[in-house]
This record gives sequence, structure tokens and C-alpha cells, in this order.
Amino acid sequence: MEKIVCVLCPMGCKIKYEAVDGKIVSIEGNRCPRGIAYLEDELKEPKRIVPTSVKVLSGEMPLVSVKTSKPIPKRLIPQFMDLIKKVEVEAPVNVGDVILRNVLDSGADVVATRSVKRISSA
Amino acid sequence: MKTDVLVIGAGAAGMAAAIAAAKNGLKVIVAERDEITGGILNQCIHNGFGLHYFREELTGPEYAERFRERLSEYTDAIQVLTDCHVLKLNRDKKALLVSPKGVFELETKVVIYAAGARERPFGSLMIPGDRPSGIFTAGVAQRLMNIDNRKIGNRALIVGSGDIGMIMARRLTLEGTEVVGVVERLPYPGGLLRNVIQCLKDFNIPLYLSSTVVEVRGKERLEEVVVAKVDEQFRPIPGTEKIFKVDTLVLSVGLIPQVEMLDSLVSLDARTRGIACSSTGQSSCEWIFAAGNCTAIFDLVDYVTREGERAGEYASRYVIGERFTRGVPIVPGENVMLTFPNFYSDVDDLTLYVRCRKPMERAVLKVGSFERVFEDLIPSEMIVVKVPRQKLTGLGRIEVTLQEV
Repeated sequence: MEKIVCVLCPMGCKIKYEAVDGKIVSIEGNRCPRGIAYLEDELKEPKRIVPTSVKVLSGEMPLVSVKTSKPIPKRLIPQFMDLIKKVEVEAPVNVGDVILRNVLDSGADVVATRSVKRISSA
Repeated sequence: MKTDVLVIGAGAAGMAAAIAAAKNGLKVIVAERDEITGGILNQCIHNGFGLHYFREELTGPEYAERFRERLSEYTDAIQVLTDCHVLKLNRDKKALLVSPKGVFELETKVVIYAAGARERPFGSLMIPGDRPSGIFTAGVAQRLMNIDNRKIGNRALIVGSGDIGMIMARRLTLEGTEVVGVVERLPYPGGLLRNVIQCLKDFNIPLYLSSTVVEVRGKERLEEVVVAKVDEQFRPIPGTEKIFKVDTLVLSVGLIPQVEMLDSLVSLDARTRGIACSSTGQSSCEWIFAAGNCTAIFDLVDYVTREGERAGEYASRYVIGERFTRGVPIVPGENVMLTFPNFYSDVDDLTLYVRCRKPMERAVLKVGSFERVFEDLIPSEMIVVKVPRQKLTGLGRIEVTLQEV
């Protein structure tokens, strides 16, 4: 049996599995169904949620933290970071606001994870 | 000024405690030295928070914002003073506070101390060599990058493989700082396996186990870090030195409960180095309750929130007139590094936090007449268990042990 640690949540389930030609024939140790999806992805196309931040203009802070709304293919992460560095948004930003839609055709959106108020103009 | 409850610190523990006290109909003042509530959560932009408490995975700022919103639902009961530092707390229940508006006195009936932790500083590591710029604690590096939009360096080495160290390895890599490795003194990683995978393996960052920094070199800016292997007593092994040419060293070598303000008012616990608390959150001074990382370092913010709620609840009942016994001491036994709380007061079942001393495949946790088997134990992952009060009756002392099976 092969072993893998699910990274989808902090539980970090240690999943034991057997796979034949990339097909899972047995699986144990996952405490929720997401573990199966994680293992399937991991065998085919590993994916990760990417938390980072983008520049915000006229905000009370220089950055607004963001994350991908769902895991994106790991191989796209460098390209994703190059893209995200060029993004600027105008304050105000609210938590949950979509900053980019379907980023790199991954099906995931980039969403704000904090609110940034607009700087009060004097 | 007068209040029923003074909460010191508006991080996860303080916010939860304030809400719990407001729900009990008390008047609460929260003093927070930062400009906003949320504490360190605000700079922890990674995901992984809230799975226990909210049953979904949030980033630090999202978790903080949810509590900020809850706080704002109690504006009649809770007054949040940001940019406000508590200078002194006196035995007569009067606090001296300072804010940009000036210095003022506040009289309270109870204090809930939720000041969190601070990072173990570079100076405490006694590393020989120079003292150039380019050496940061992980929290400072995190704040500079995630709040202030600064790049801290070009090539970095990280000391300590706790979760914060590994998360910063990923963060630096994503932001274009090359991370040449993570150095860990222990023979196993200090943080969650999940983070070894998604923060190190995903980015091919080497983890050097059983290794330590033996010297730092650099005139103005850091230039070189010397790393050596260590033996079982953590003594560097001569001849194993390896030189890393880096301009940045990030330290993630542990958190220490922040207790200074209460030092002479309450007793501390020798193991946790935090405020010694009963299962009610009460300290050795009956009108001071405490919660969160100032009592013991917790793994998850979800636990800190629950402890804040607990302290808020019992502190409220204290204000209303209920009195609690200090309870019996809870002490770490075989294979147990630390336990929290430090005393058990027989008012409810006991929520017990235990950190083991070494990795174990399978072990039986024994607490009074309570037993449960746990698997895959590592020191970085706390065991949290609810022990029914019936299992603890008649004990003068509660020893917590983990026997390998």
C-alpha cells in the first residue's frame, strides 16, 4: 500500500491506497470524501489552493490578501504568481470580492480574503 | 472609566472572550494595542484556519473578520479601544491605559488577559558570529511581506520547521525570494506533515533535519550562514559544517506566552511558561482570567477561540457572584511534554490539551480513570480530549500519561 498525506485541511489524514494504472483500487484513512478527490488529483494532476496578496490602490493598506476559490493545478502556480503580481485593485475591497475570474482557465476565481477600506480623502 | 470586564488583547482569544461576556449581559471594554482587531490572524494570509470552529477552511484575515463582525453586533455592550495599550494593572483592579488620546484609568470587576505570545528572538539562540541586518523572526518577515508589501531579501535560509517556518518558506518562494533550505534541530519535522508537503516538497525546498546554525557571518548585511549536523544531545558535530550563501535568515524557533504585565500578580506554569490557569480560565489571582497563547501555545486558532469563550463565560459568572475553587493540579507524566489547563475545577467536564514528548505510533492516554488510544502522535500536534467529570472525582492530583502500545 502507498501512503499519502491529504493537504486539503489541517486534519492531514494519512491515506493508504493502492492504485493500478492510475486507478484507485483501495483506499483507507481518509476521514472525509474530499480525501478521495485529493488522491485522484494527486495521481493525475496535483492541485493546490494558493493564498497570496495583490496591490490595492487608495486603500488603508497597500495589499489585499487573496486566495484561489478552489485548488488550481500545481504546475500553474509560477504562472499564476507572475500574473497576480501585475494585478492592482481599487479600494474599497470587501472580503469575498472576486478579483479575477477563472484565472488561467483553471475554473478558480481569485477572491479577496480581507476588506480594505478606501483611504479617507482629506 | 468603569467597566464589568476588561479584556486585554483583541486577537482570537480576546474577541471570543468579549463576546461571551457580552452574551451574559456584562459591560465589556477591549483594549487592543494594534490599530485593528484580529491580532496576528491579520498577517496570516494562508488558509487552514477555522475548520473546527466554522467547519470550513478560512485564511487568517477571513477568520478575524468573522469575529470582528460578531463583535460589532454587540456595540451596546462591548467597547473596543484600538491603538490602546495597557501600561499597568494594579491589585486594586484598576488599570492604567494609554492611547493617542492620553493616559487614563479604568476600574474593572474582572480582567480577561488575552495578550497572546511573542516570538523567541535571535538573541536567545546564542549563535556565535556577526550581528548583521537580514535576520528576521518569521512573524516579522510575515508582517513585512503580507501587510507592508516589502520584500525581505533575495536568498533565504529558514531555521525551525514548525508550521510558521514552513509556511514562510512557501510564502517567500511565491514572492520571488529563493529559499535554500529549512534547518531543523530535531530528527523529525516540527510542524504538520501537510505543511511539509504543500510548503516544502511542492517547491523542492530541502529540509535539513538534525541540523543547526552554528555561525552567522556578514558585515552590514548577512552574507553566510554555517549549518552543522547535531548529535542526540543537539551538540554540533565537527566536520559536518555546510556554508549557505544567503542574505536573509528567517527564524521560526518557537513562541513564548506573553506574561510580563501579569508577572507579579499571577503564578506561571513551568512547562507552558504561560499563566497557570484552572479549567475555568481563572488564574491564581481570582479576578484575573486568561485565555489563548498567553496561557499555553495552541496549535489551532480554533482552540484559542474556544478557550477565549470559556474564559469569557466563567469570568462573567465570577462578576455575577459565582465563586470557583482553584481545583486540583493537572500534571504531565510519562511521555507528556505539557498539559493545559494546569488545574481542574470541578464545574464541568474537562477539556484537556496534551502535547506528547516524542513521536509515537500508538499510545494510551490516561487521565484519572479515563483512557483512550491515539495513533500517529507527534509533539507538534496537540491532543484535545474531553474528559467526563465522573472520571476525575476524588482525585487530589491528576496525572496525564501516554503509554506506548
